[in-house]
Amino acid sequence: MEYVIIIIAAVFVNNIVLAQFLGICPFLGVSTKVGTATGMSMAVLFVITLATIVTWLVQTLVLDPLGLGFLQTITFILIIAALVQMVEIILKKVSPSLYQALGIFLPLITTNCAVLGVAILVVQKDYNLLQGVVFAVANALGFGLALLIFSGIREHLELMDVPRRMRGVPIALLTAGILALAFMGFAGLV
Amino acid sequence: MNQLGNFTKGFLKENPVFVMLLGMCPTLGVSTSAINGIGMGLATTFVLVGSNVVVSLIKDLIPDKVRIPSYIVVIASFVTIVELVMQGFMPALFAQLGLFIPLIVVNCIVLGRAEAFASKQSVGSSAIDGLGMGLGFAFALGILGSVREVLGSQSLFGFKLLPGDGMLVFVLAPGAFIALGYLIALIRKA
Repeated sequence: MEYVIIIIAAVFVNNIVLAQFLGICPFLGVSTKVGTATGMSMAVLFVITLATIVTWLVQTLVLDPLGLGFLQTITFILIIAALVQMVEIILKKVSPSLYQALGIFLPLITTNCAVLGVAILVVQKDYNLLQGVVFAVANALGFGLALLIFSGIREHLELMDVPRRMRGVPIALLTAGILALAFMGFAGLV
Repeated sequence: MNQLGNFTKGFLKENPVFVMLLGMCPTLGVSTSAINGIGMGLATTFVLVGSNVVVSLIKDLIPDKVRIPSYIVVIASFVTIVELVMQGFMPALFAQLGLFIPLIVVNCIVLGRAEAFASKQSVGSSAIDGLGMGLGFAFALGILGSVREVLGSQSLFGFKLLPGDGMLVFVLAPGAFIALGYLIALIRKA
């Protein structure tokens, strides 16, 4: 039950993009087509889960016992950067087809604040490893859900007659605002 | 390059938020009031100036292949300084900005300026570029924060302008998207 609550809270109530404002850059950047949005969501799911496991282990086994909590930011970002590079190299060798699908998104993920944000949140919330992984997967799913809905709407927006000044980013932001408003309906669910 | 132009370009012509659309996550996340927005902007300014100066100093020592990880370490060090100083001297603001302080590391503006400007220019121009871009970011966050505070709670910098509650939605997540969308539409050259 506890895990179900974590999942519902992370996917719907505190959606990582629409309520917590993490990962806005890819949310606006790669959301013009449903296809690229799916690829990006899969890559994020992959990296967030891995990064959360590794950063959790480093935090509990290295930083906490040694009293080095203040090095958290530096350590985490280096772990994420190294991890993304490693995933890229391994994928290239092991599964060229998956690499083809996710490859172009991987370098972008290092500077996706959702990854670092989730890693830090897991430590802040004092989750154990399993809770942390569930939280990470749920947040990645929330990211994917928001991105998919948004890219679907944006594909339609392409065909609309939007006033010149509002074209592109402004209308996308307004759409995101209305989407966020819709997601507020989930408040109080958990 | 003309140093005055180098400094002022960050405010309107190349404003990181309104024109270049960088650093969207902290922009939307912390601009609930004018004070929060400006506080976040100044913290980012400090990191930008510091990392620009250091990157410009060490630009000839770093091999080209590992430059991005090296820049990230420099940036993360300055972010840690900001984190510790704010935690010690401004605990209230630190609590308000929360997760977004460590997330300055993945703010694309900081890495973007290091890569696009500081790695090619002299220390002096890099410092001025960092200061201009940082203050431009603070300026944008201040404007967005003021708009949201005035519309959302009918106050500015914490002072009540009109009695009553205002449109609460502008303080919440959807208002951030909507207010920024309209601001960009107003400011851009159509």
